[in-house]
Amino acid sequence: MEEAGQYPYPAVACIDALKIVQHHRGWVSDDSVKDIAQLLEISNEDVDGVATFYSRIYRKPVGRNVILICDSISCMIMGYESMYEYISLKLGIHFGETTNDGRFTLLPNSCLGDCDHAPAMMVNNDHYNKLTFEKIDELLSNYK
Amino acid sequence: MEKPLTKYITPGSPPPDLKEYSRIGGYASAHKALKEMSPAEITSLVKASNLLGRGGAGFPTGLKWSFVPMGENSPKPKYLICNADEMEPGTFKDRYLMEGNPHQLIEGMIISSYAIQAEKAYIFIRWAYKKAEKELRKALAEAYAAGYLGKNILGSGFDLDIYIHSSAGRYICGEETALFNSLEGKRAIPRTKPPFAAISGLFGKPTIVNNVETLVWIPHIIERGAEWFKNLSMTGAGGTKLYGVSGRVKNPGLWELPLGTTLREVIEEHAGGMLDGYKFRGVIPGGISTDFMLEKHMDVNMDFSNVGAVGSRLGTGTMIILDDKTCPVAFIHNIEKFFALESCGWCTPCREGLAWVEKLLASIEEGTGKMEYLDILKFHTKYLCFGNTFCAHAPGAAEPLQSGLEYFHDDFVQHINGKKCPWRS
Repeated sequence: MEEAGQYPYPAVACIDALKIVQHHRGWVSDDSVKDIAQLLEISNEDVDGVATFYSRIYRKPVGRNVILICDSISCMIMGYESMYEYISLKLGIHFGETTNDGRFTLLPNSCLGDCDHAPAMMVNNDHYNKLTFEKIDELLSNYK
Repeated sequence: MEKPLTKYITPGSPPPDLKEYSRIGGYASAHKALKEMSPAEITSLVKASNLLGRGGAGFPTGLKWSFVPMGENSPKPKYLICNADEMEPGTFKDRYLMEGNPHQLIEGMIISSYAIQAEKAYIFIRWAYKKAEKELRKALAEAYAAGYLGKNILGSGFDLDIYIHSSAGRYICGEETALFNSLEGKRAIPRTKPPFAAISGLFGKPTIVNNVETLVWIPHIIERGAEWFKNLSMTGAGGTKLYGVSGRVKNPGLWELPLGTTLREVIEEHAGGMLDGYKFRGVIPGGISTDFMLEKHMDVNMDFSNVGAVGSRLGTGTMIILDDKTCPVAFIHNIEKFFALESCGWCTPCREGLAWVEKLLASIEEGTGKMEYLDILKFHTKYLCFGNTFCAHAPGAAEPLQSGLEYFHDDFVQHINGKKCPWRS
């Protein structure tokens, strides 16, 4: 792993290493934690401590697509709750769950920094705002 | 009215590339600074301008830079970090600046790094800002190719590399010492201060952390001078400010206005006032870690000192409006839930206190609250203060809670006595 080379000592690459594993495998398994620990010459616990600290590192399997609904204040005022209920009913999953076919995982997320176009959400790396039920139907159909 | 920061930003269109940015005068300040000015001259100029940090705390930028050890024998490398981890709920100004004009930020970072003689700089950007990150990477590649970054920039003998770190996601990363730990690959837990960052920051080296909206000012101050900058504001505090409004107003958005513009002008003229059928009840003026302001504060000049004088903070300048059809208890509960979840867990008052606050508020909102809960909540706002906690996280959480308990007392009582939320059927 060449990323470790550009830092003063290998452990600095811990977050990068977790991101790389997640990029390729979708999430970070116990085995991956052990592999990273060995490579960076730190303990399994140190790696797991970092992995579990950050919201965007997944320590459990997620679906092929991850829906992140903003549940912060501006989106609350503008009605994220009804968007959540609509998606939840449509997909048959609640926050923290994955559809049986592995197509979607649904997660809450703090403010996405698009408050003047609330409610907002992300699917994978794509950002959507001014959500309506119609818009949600249309955009979710693009993710297989 | 001048809008130096946003003049060349056109939402929906691609940002100016290097060629276009240079055509409109971009990088002229980098030439001037690196070829004609000493680092000390730049720091003095920024000090004279009275540029106050736009990340929310309003600390004088030039003064911050002056704490960095300079000279031949100073520790190396030194670091400049651009804090672009905009995670304060209700805040969306840095996204706009990065997506809209990335070269303006890069030029600001080159001059600022030169001023403190930092040879390495990071942009710590939040993971969700994919478009901003993409535009910044493109602009960085152009700047390297044109010789504005790398070795011996513009023949000045000054070297600088800028790296982008995309955060793995945690609010506390915005706290500068937690940010250092995150860049070092660790859990983002704040460090003890002192030592202060300017002496011992990232990897134990002198480090300056500035917000995006602070750094983009530097080329303009170099070009036009300190007096020009001071005269831009309504109140002498210096510069313009990106003010934003979200919530149930006719025209939510973001505007560059003179620092010290009144709350009334921002909300009524620029945001268009309340949507038909909704009444204004209060506003959180600068991201959720600031105290509520009310109708009676409408004529306050929104700069650091005037907002401070009425018991709140300018913070990030991005306002969240509480309307009469949104429950104030639910509003405050949403805010405190965020703070409880985002507590890093390092110090007990914050980890345990905020979780308790959140549970009490949830209970009141659900209609199972008791009157004594109000006293327990008030107790927390008193004791989750600076000096009792390790960093500013819990004190920030206490701000909207303390003013909310005071200003919306009747609404809390109504929930408790009525055993339900009046806003939920």
